[in-house]
Amino acid sequence: MGTHAPAGLAQPAPSDVTAVVDLDDHTQRDLLRLATAGSVDDGKSTLIGRLLYDTKSVLADQLSAVERATAARGGGGAGVDLALLTDGLRAEREQGITIDVAYRYFSTARRAFVLADTPGHVQYTRNMVTGASTAELAIVLVDARKGVLEQTRRHAALTALLGVPNVVLAVNKMDLVGFDEATFRSIAREFADYAHVLGLPAVHAVPLSALDGDNVVDRSVRAPWYDGPTLLELLESVPVARDASTEPLRLPVQYVIRPRTPEHPDYRGYAGKVASGVVRVGDELRVLPSGRTSRVVALDTFDGPLEAADAPRSVTVRLADDLDVARGDVLVPAAEHVATGQDLVGTVCWLTERRSVPGARVLVRVGTRTVRGLLREVDARLDVDTLTVEQWDPVDTLHTIDATDTSTEAAPRSLGLNAIGRARLRLAEPVVLDDYATHRRTGGFLVVDPADGSTLAAGLIGPTLLDRLAPVRANERDDDWLAGAGI
Amino acid sequence: MTTISTDTPTVVGAPGTPRLTQLDALESEGIHVMREVAGEFERPVLLFSGGKDSIVMLHLARKAFWPAPVPFPVMHVDTGHNFPEVIEYRDRTVAELGLRLVVASVQDAIDDGRVVERPGGSRNPLQTVPLLDAITAHRFDAVFGGGRRDEEKARAKERMFSLRDEFGQWDPRRQRPELWDLYNGRHKQGEHVRVFPLSNWTELDVWRYIEREGIDLPDIYFTHERDVFARDGMWLTAGSWGGPRPDEHVERRHVRYRTVGDMSCTGAVDSTAADVADVIAEVAASRLTERGATRADDRASEAAMEDRKREGYF
Repeated sequence: MGTHAPAGLAQPAPSDVTAVVDLDDHTQRDLLRLATAGSVDDGKSTLIGRLLYDTKSVLADQLSAVERATAARGGGGAGVDLALLTDGLRAEREQGITIDVAYRYFSTARRAFVLADTPGHVQYTRNMVTGASTAELAIVLVDARKGVLEQTRRHAALTALLGVPNVVLAVNKMDLVGFDEATFRSIAREFADYAHVLGLPAVHAVPLSALDGDNVVDRSVRAPWYDGPTLLELLESVPVARDASTEPLRLPVQYVIRPRTPEHPDYRGYAGKVASGVVRVGDELRVLPSGRTSRVVALDTFDGPLEAADAPRSVTVRLADDLDVARGDVLVPAAEHVATGQDLVGTVCWLTERRSVPGARVLVRVGTRTVRGLLREVDARLDVDTLTVEQWDPVDTLHTIDATDTSTEAAPRSLGLNAIGRARLRLAEPVVLDDYATHRRTGGFLVVDPADGSTLAAGLIGPTLLDRLAPVRANERDDDWLAGAGI
Repeated sequence: MTTISTDTPTVVGAPGTPRLTQLDALESEGIHVMREVAGEFERPVLLFSGGKDSIVMLHLARKAFWPAPVPFPVMHVDTGHNFPEVIEYRDRTVAELGLRLVVASVQDAIDDGRVVERPGGSRNPLQTVPLLDAITAHRFDAVFGGGRRDEEKARAKERMFSLRDEFGQWDPRRQRPELWDLYNGRHKQGEHVRVFPLSNWTELDVWRYIEREGIDLPDIYFTHERDVFARDGMWLTAGSWGGPRPDEHVERRHVRYRTVGDMSCTGAVDSTAADVADVIAEVAASRLTERGATRADDRASEAAMEDRKREGYF
């Protein structure tokens, strides 16, 4: 039943990468979450197909289904279309584009990967935000013939905004530029300049051909001037998590466990996932927002008690004192000053077709807490192409805007689908206000429509990219941003 | 304060000790999702077929709420063409754990005319109507399913929390973005949310977890002798559900099942795997996905799963 290489694909060269199956090593293997980003037609689906294929993560029936689908489309002459491995929805195959984020799984002896395959089309940028929110690494894909495009910049900006700690620039389709070193260097330099402005961490650029498999899993012989790691080698070697012991503890309470059974009549435990840091038995903790303190007497799990638990482990905490702790509260170190408040300022990515309405009554979800809120105003908007920030004069929009009129004219300073801006919200109750830049696991929030529950926006608490970039007065611009691409 | 255990506490992941492995991370994520649902919804239910994925889900649920019992009932969509070993497992588990079992019956739906038997004999697609009817009747607002994104390309698009409208429909273009681990379970009256805590697990992860946790499974997952006949390249079990046809020949083979479902469309594979370790070795070496190997209904068309999910199927 041996598998064969699809016609037209180069047979993978022998590799020192052990694929999928290693029955001995999996217990030591860790998990890396990554996201892809790139423009339409830059070969992202092909790259993912290649990663899956060359790590031997594609099984025979999946491959034969793709062979049949390739043939049905009149293809086959140029080999199997690896992109068909990933475009799963009917409309995606019909239109040849990726509509929605999909998750792929592959593994090597060293690591298991959860890959968020995010669409490149401008219309679905919100899905890039979805994929990047949990990613430890982002692959930004560029077509070597086209270089850095608007959508590349947009995705790099989103990657920076969402604080993805590792970025790899994959310069694809190098076969179509004859593996020209100068072309690669020029693209890598242009991207590096842009990344520097964004404050992205060091970016590693890899010249590759997803179609032929050069430098994806196996080293290319066609780019002898490149002596860096292949894409997979990079994915296997980046650090997965920061040192949890040095991060401040955050433990949002999800659920209060009270069995009230004969065996455990008085048990009261606070269940939650450690978002960051470490919790230890004996720690003095503060319950926010109430501010009361107590000491950890036990960390319970089904498998027995723990002395310490670090992120992202799910545990149940018992405290020495009988405090009133509920879902939505956050356990933090008693000695640390942690900001709480009812006025939330943050960067928001608008996720729906319905434009933001100043004065709108919304729900705001921070950690496990959901509170009522008022979207007071949006006072700045980021142009991700020029990396300029349009700054609007502060106006108390609550009293000047008719919140029921959602027409464009009545919403002069609102955000449309995929737009990024700065919002000010007033909340009905205090929440923990962790700065997203330093607390990626607790500094994010959702803006939810109370009427139908839809997620209107994703937010990042505190000053972010917008505040680091130079502001431009709204009246200095003559273009109509409302008519901007895809917005 | 009650004393829970006198075991010596273990230090995990603190400085100088190994960090969470892949299976630890997947388990922690699954427990987190279960607790989110229990915290946010009024009436959750866990779909329990007696198959390995739902068994792992139930195991996670026990861990998530321990020392309290699992705070929601389980539901089985009974096609009427079940493997007796699986029904036995289901009833034994429910009794042992003191769970409440809701059964949604395809046979009942056929008998009172809500669905019509299909010529092919497969009752798998017929599960949708009794499932949705039971969700409505019991006013369940969150329904845990064991679906994994690695199973099928339409499932790869599925969110952890998947909103279904009042007709149970899934609209892939209208899915809510799912950011960080802030799962949005808000829904209108009549809508419900399907929740997939095993989304990020692969078939091999599930088996390795079963091995690590020492989880008990129905016998049909391991090799046994069985009367089977070949149809569409799969070994189907002969039985009162309607097979074999006159031109199909029954033979006795050593087989096991990779998935558990309706007898009419779930195929067995030739296997000598007698325990979990054998199964892991076999799955790891297999060149076929579990659905490709053993599910007839997913082969119907390129978008068979997507189309059924749109109708409200899991």
